[in-house]
Amino acid sequence: MAASLNGKAAVVGIGETAYERGTDKSALALQLEASLKAVADAGLEPKDIDGILPYASGAAVAEDFITNFGLKDVTFSATTPMGGASCVAAIQAAAIAVATGLCRNVLLPIGRRGYSDSRVASRVAAMPQFHVVSEFEAPSGTIAPAQLYAPMARRHMELYGTTADQFAEVAVTMRRHAMLNDNAIMQKPMTVEDHHASRMICDPYRLFDCCLESDGGAAVVISGADRAADTRRPVPILGVAEGHPDSPSVITQRPDITRLGLAKAAPRAFGMAGVGPEDVDVAEIYDCFTWTVVCQLEDLGFCPKGEGGAFVEDGRIGLGGALPVNTHGGLLSQAHIVGMNHVCELVKQMRGEAGRAQVADAEIGLVTGYGDLGDGSLAIMGAAA
Amino acid sequence: MSAARPAPEPTIDSKPYWDGLKERRLLLQQCGNCGLVRHYPRPMCDACHSLQVQWIESSRRGRLYSWTEVHHPFVPGFREEIPYVMATVELAEGVRLQCQILNADPDALGLDLPVEIVFREVQDGLVLPFAQVV
Ligand SMILES: [Zn+2]
Repeated sequence: MAASLNGKAAVVGIGETAYERGTDKSALALQLEASLKAVADAGLEPKDIDGILPYASGAAVAEDFITNFGLKDVTFSATTPMGGASCVAAIQAAAIAVATGLCRNVLLPIGRRGYSDSRVASRVAAMPQFHVVSEFEAPSGTIAPAQLYAPMARRHMELYGTTADQFAEVAVTMRRHAMLNDNAIMQKPMTVEDHHASRMICDPYRLFDCCLESDGGAAVVISGADRAADTRRPVPILGVAEGHPDSPSVITQRPDITRLGLAKAAPRAFGMAGVGPEDVDVAEIYDCFTWTVVCQLEDLGFCPKGEGGAFVEDGRIGLGGALPVNTHGGLLSQAHIVGMNHVCELVKQMRGEAGRAQVADAEIGLVTGYGDLGDGSLAIMGAAA
Repeated sequence: MSAARPAPEPTIDSKPYWDGLKERRLLLQQCGNCGLVRHYPRPMCDACHSLQVQWIESSRRGRLYSWTEVHHPFVPGFREEIPYVMATVELAEGVRLQCQILNADPDALGLDLPVEIVFREVQDGLVLPFAQVV
C-alpha cells in the first residue's frame, strides 16, 4: 500500500502582510511579520515553533527565524528548492515531519521584494537549479521564465488548437476575483480586449498573461493532527505530493514539453486523499502565466491533455462556475508571493472565511505549485471541522 | 557600448562542446557504452549509467519543435536584438537545441519546419549555434 499522510497533519495557522508594489520593509521583516500572524492565527506562540521550512530561493534561512523569535530548540529544518513549487512541496515535508513526531509545529515562511528589488531574470540566473539553462541557453537569449515557458505554450497551441482567447479567459477571471479581495494589488477591471491589446512580452505571452512582481510576506503553520485539534480552526491535509518532470534541469530535452511534473504528483495526491478531480470544489492553481493554469488543469486530470483551453471557457473557472480557480486573484492579479498566497487562500476557503470570494459549502479544495523548469506540487485539503 | 551577453562558463564535462563551436562544429555526446546520443553535455548516460563518452559531429539538420518571438529585453545584452525568435530545434540525432533563428518570418513558422544549424561569432571568442530555415 502506498505511503499516506492523509489525516496526519493540518494547516493550523495562516498569516499575510499587505501585498504591495513598493515597500520600505526588508524581505526578512515581511516574513517575520507574516509568521507572527500565522502563529497567532493558530492560537500558538512563537516558542511553540520547532520546525522551519523557509523558501529555498529566498531572503531568509532557518537561522534568521531562530534568532528573531529566540527559539530554543528547533528540531527540524529543511528547504524544498523547486521555485514556484516550493511552498506546496514544503507542505509535504512539513507533514512528514509532524506525522513522524520529529517536531510539533512547523513554520513555512516566505517574504520577498519582487517589485522593489531584483527582477526575475537575475533571480533565476542565480538559482542552482538553473545551471544547465544558464550555461547552454542563456548565451543565446533565454533565461527568464517567460522566455523558457513560452515555447511550451506555443507547442500546446500548435498541437491542440489552444487560443489566445482562452489565455485571456484565465487572465480576466483572475482579475475579476482580485477585485473581490481587499489585499489584491490589481483592482482595475480587465476585458478580453484589454488582454489582447497588452504588449507582447514573449509570443504567445502578452503582458496580461504574465504574473505580477510584488512585495509581501506570507506564512503558514502545520501541526500534527493530534495537536491541531487544540488550535483555532485546523484545516486537514488529505493528500500531498511533489512531482519532477523528465529532464527537470532543462525543458528543451523533455520528451513532451506540454506535460509537467504535476502530472506525476496528481495521481499520488488524489490517491492519498481518496478523492478525484470530480470531488474538488475550489482550486488554487499556480498561475505564473495563463497557459500554466491551462496545462495544470489537464495534468491534474480535470480534462484530457489538450482540452484545457476549452475547459477554462464559459465561466467554468470563475466564482459560480463548476470549478472556481484562484478565488484570491492569483499571481496574475493578487500578488506574486510564490504561491504561499494560494495556500493561505485555500485555508480560508476550507474554513469558510474567504469573504466575498467564498465558495459555498466547499468540502474539498486543492492548491498547486509549479516552478523551476516544470516541477510540480499539490496539496488537497478538507473543510475545517 | 552595448551590454555583454551572458557568457558560458565551460566545465570539464562541457568544454569539448564549446571548443567545437569555436571551430564551427556542433559536437554532441554519445555514450561510449550503449551509443545513446545526449544533450546538453553531462557526465552520465541516463540509459546505462556509463561515464564513458565520445563526441560526434552533428549533421546540423533538424526540425522546428517550438519557438517564441521575444519582444521584452529581460537581459540587457539582448536589448538591441529584440524582437528575435528563439527556436527549439529537434536535431536529426534526436536531441534538441535552443537557439535563435536567423531568417525567420514569425508568421511562416510551424511545427516540423526544416532548419539547419549555422554558426556566428556573437562577441569575441563566443561562437553560438543559430538555426536557419532551409
Ligand atoms: Zn549508455
